[in-house]
Order: sequence, then structure tokens, then C-alpha cells
Amino acid sequence: MDIKNSNWRIRRGKIINARQMTASEKWFDIQLEDGELDHEPGQFVQVELFGIGEVPISVCSSPTKKGSFELTVRAAGRVTREMHKLEKGDFIAIRGPFGKPFPVRTMVGNDLLFVAGGLGIAPLRSLINYVMDNRREFGKVDILLGCKSPKDMLFSDEIGKWSKRLDVNFACTVDKAEPDWKGNVGLITSLIPGVNLNPERTYAVVVGPPIMYKFVIAELLKKNIPERHIVLSLERHMKCGMGKCGHCQIDHPKNYYCCKDGPTFTYDEVKEAKKL
Amino acid sequence: MKYHVLEKEQLDCFIKSLAKKMKVVAPVSKGSGNYAFQEVKSAQDIAVDYIPTILPPKKYFMPVREKMLDFDLSGKEPKETAGLDACEMAIFAVHTCDLAGIQCLNIVFNERPRDYNYLLRKENLFIIGLECNKYCDSFASCALVNSHLPNGGYDLFFTDIGNKYLINVNTQKGEDFVESIGLPKAGASEMAALEKVRESKKASFKNEVDVDAKKIPEMFEKVYNSKLWEKVGEKCVSCGNCTNVCPTCYCFDMDDFINLDLKTGSRIRSWDSCQFETFATVAGGENFREERSMRQRHRVYRKFKFPVDKFNRFFCTGCGRCSRTCMAGINLKEILKEVAEESKF
Repeated sequence: MDIKNSNWRIRRGKIINARQMTASEKWFDIQLEDGELDHEPGQFVQVELFGIGEVPISVCSSPTKKGSFELTVRAAGRVTREMHKLEKGDFIAIRGPFGKPFPVRTMVGNDLLFVAGGLGIAPLRSLINYVMDNRREFGKVDILLGCKSPKDMLFSDEIGKWSKRLDVNFACTVDKAEPDWKGNVGLITSLIPGVNLNPERTYAVVVGPPIMYKFVIAELLKKNIPERHIVLSLERHMKCGMGKCGHCQIDHPKNYYCCKDGPTFTYDEVKEAKKL
Repeated sequence: MKYHVLEKEQLDCFIKSLAKKMKVVAPVSKGSGNYAFQEVKSAQDIAVDYIPTILPPKKYFMPVREKMLDFDLSGKEPKETAGLDACEMAIFAVHTCDLAGIQCLNIVFNERPRDYNYLLRKENLFIIGLECNKYCDSFASCALVNSHLPNGGYDLFFTDIGNKYLINVNTQKGEDFVESIGLPKAGASEMAALEKVRESKKASFKNEVDVDAKKIPEMFEKVYNSKLWEKVGEKCVSCGNCTNVCPTCYCFDMDDFINLDLKTGSRIRSWDSCQFETFATVAGGENFREERSMRQRHRVYRKFKFPVDKFNRFFCTGCGRCSRTCMAGINLKEILKEVAEESKF
């Protein structure tokens, strides 16, 4: 019995690919020495930078992709800024995976509505690509995407492919655009009324900043989607990943640890929280 | 139940025999009515008649600062090693409130995924309880949560029955030790003396808050959005004293420290507090518990509501430390009274 066999165990790996996606987001493809990450869509890992610290990051690739996993990291704090200096071939270590995944098995056979705002596309992409790779298990699929401006769009190559697929309805919008932008301009909430859906058999999976949840959920409820069919992935500062350190507890009458009881929740579980 | 007897004048012998086997820590007077657990060599060092120490004994198995791993960045790839320093230790004269606190932490750190550092340290502990025959002060509310009486969680348990200590043996480890120093078994008169102590405690230790403990979780269901938390929040200065001295608070932080060679360093786990302003802040700047009222509410719910849902017990042991130490005069008993009043129980 020692720390090496516990969830503090550090898993070593290599960055096999890295790319600066936007001014503030960088993408990494990581191969672990001990094999597959063995995660499910919606889980996260703790990235270890010795001497700097640890930081929780959502896995943005689907478990259906074998051999390596991907992270998209925004340079927001001390550790993530340092992480942006890492390149292909560099050593990296992680702990995990941690957290409750998206309820993929419950969602089988239902229609899916994905709503991603900004960096929310990163955790959601692990699920979207999982659904794409198991497409016939699911009903109708709608993807709504919002970001600040066209140059902030993440995974634009992949999004281009999604938008061309016949088995996916895709729409995206930007808050502000240059004159050459041909798509929608406006908040992501403006896309929801136009979606044709059967509320009883639709799961809406929403990932974005706290402010977005409030308005997007209001629109989804207007569409009569049941509260337990609205799935969210919440952001908190998970420091241990094991439901102990306390930092990620949701301010809610029930004591949820975001790292263990989440990060994915249904709206009915967390709706009493002042800030999602 | 096995009972042995120790003459009070033999206490020094007892402590010295114990100290031959392992490190012994016990309450020591720090002046001005303050006490602290620290290493002792003889009975003279010990303040047997003490009120709850500044820090609870959790500091020995959940250290204030603890090294999780060492790393070395000098090679091509960083190397890390994890070690653990967990010496055998006896904690002497632990009051029943603190025994209850240790039991709470045991549950938390035994919950999967387990915390091996904590569990290994705890394995090496020899815990000797000591009964309070009278109240420490008016901050305590141990009778409310029934922690004024022993409920297990010790190897040996001392009760002062006049010129002797009656020792309840609770584990094989405890049995082996009392046998090794040849303590006599308790007779009928000593057992009668214990009965007398417990009877007189029944009269003096009474529910301090005048609310039915069974109703507390239900009460808390009604006051989550109450204005009373704003009143508490207005007083609070977010110093984190209440959580640091709490025998059941266990939130922690992780930080990397690099040595002057800039090549080696350690990852340190240290106590943290949900009362600190940035405790629930994420890197983007969003603070999910930004008001002091939210943080105080969180603390109190973590004692009386959340652990009841999760572990079917209060995480308040009634030791009174949080109220005793609060610079702003926030009193847990007062909060409970207000909760009861507002929820109309």
C-alpha cells in the first residue's frame, strides 16, 4: 500500500503532436507510457508540471480514438501558461482520468442536441466524436456552436467536416465578426428556437462558461426539454480529483464534489446552484 | 469490556514506559489558558486538566504541511519519488470530542479513492482517550452531538475516578501494552466509581443548544436561502481560523516548491480553508463562492447537513474550537439557535 498505487500515481507520457489553435488555446496529442488513458467522454485528467503545479484539463478526444488522447488548453493561469511552452516530443505527466463521464449509455437511442460555447467545445468534442463513431446508436444529432469571433473558433477543420455530414445538423454563430464572415452573428441562444426537436426524446448536452448556462438552459426549457435531459459539464478548480481537497464543491444544498459527482451533471441535479 | 486500573502517581511510569516504545504526544500548557499537543517525556509535562488544544490532534496524521513527492528535473525527463515519514506515535489524553473528530476523518480518508498517506500514518497511532468529567467552557456543545461520552476510536481510554484512572481497553494493541506494564484489572469498587462519574455527568452535561439533534438536518433543509447567513457573513473576516482548528475539517491545497538549485523540489500538500476568498476560484477568474456569507454557510452545512447525507453523522464534535478562536465572535451555538428559530423547530 503506497502512494504509487493510489490515485496520486503519476502516469508518464510524451507529447506526440502540439499545435497553437488560437492566440490563447493550444492543442496537445499525448501518448502514455503505460498504454491507453482508458477514459470516457467528459472525463478530465490532472496535468503535472513538476515545479509549477497540477491543473485539471478536460480530455477533448473520444475514447474511440486509440493510442493517444488530446487536450486543449487555454493559457489562463500559472500552470497552463507554462504548459503552452511544451512542444512535440516533450515529456508530460498526468494523473487520472477522473470524474463522472457524460451519460452516454443513457443517451443511446435518443436525439442529441449539443450546445458548446467558447472553450466548451473541448470537453464536448470527446462526446461528439464518440457519437460520430457510434452514429447509428443515436437518433437525430444537432450541433450548435458559439464563440467570440471567427478567429477564436477551435477545431475549425473538424467543424467543417461535421457541417458537411448528412447525419448531423450543424449551426454556428459568433458574437462579433469581420465583414468577410458569411455565417450567423449573435449569441448562441439565438440558434436554439430554430432547432426542430422532440423534447421527450432529446438529450441536450451544454458546455460553456457559467453565464452561458443561464440563458441557454432558459431557451431549452422553453422548448420543453425535461430538466433531467439537460446535461452540463461544470468548471471548478479540482485539485485532487478524488473528492477530498474540497476546492471543487458546488455551492448547492446538496454537497456535490465536481471532480467525483461531476463534472457532468443533469440540470435537475444542480439547478439550485446560484452559479453553474 | 476490559478495564484496568492505574494509580495516579503511577502515571509518570506509564508515560515513560510508553515513551520507551514510541514517541508520545500529549496536551501541554502554553500559557493564558491555551494548550497544545506536543511531545512529552514524563507526566510532569502533561496538562491533564486541559480545555481543547489550539489545534486538534489531526495535525499528527494529516500534517499542516506534508510532502507528497520529490521531483528531480536535472535529467532529460523529470523523475519523481514518493516517500512517507510515518513514525509510531502515541497520542495521550485525547478528549472524546477529538476522538469523534478522528473517527470522522477516518471515514473520509477511507472512502474510495482512499488516501494512503493518511491511512498509513493512522496505522501507526496508539490513541489514548481521556474522559472529561466537567465542561471545558461555554463554547463546547458536546452533549448536543453526544460526543461527551466515549464512542470508541481509541486503544485505551482513561477515566479519572479520584486517586486512580480507570482504563478501558478497546484494542489488542491496548491490551498488549497494559499487560506489558502489568496494570491490575479493575475491581467492583472501581467499576462503581465509573458509574458514579457517568451519573454525575448526566446531570451536568445537557444539550447546550436546546434543539433536538435528530431534527438538525431537517432544520438545515429550510434555511439554505435564509438571510441569517448574510448576518454571519458580515461578521466574518475570512481568516480561516475556524476551519484550521476544526477536528473534522480536511480541505487541502497542493503546491510545488522548487529548491534553490532550480532542479529539485517537492510537491507539498497543506491545509486549506473554504473560508479563504480564492478557495473556489478558477483560473479564468470566476469565483464560485465569492461572498463570505456563502462560505460561512458552506462551513456550517459541512458540519450539520452534508455529512449526515453522506456518512449519517455530524461532522461537528462539539469541541467549541471554532467559536473559541473566532476573532469576530461568530458562535456556532448561536448559529444553531438561529437556524432552529428560523426553521420553526
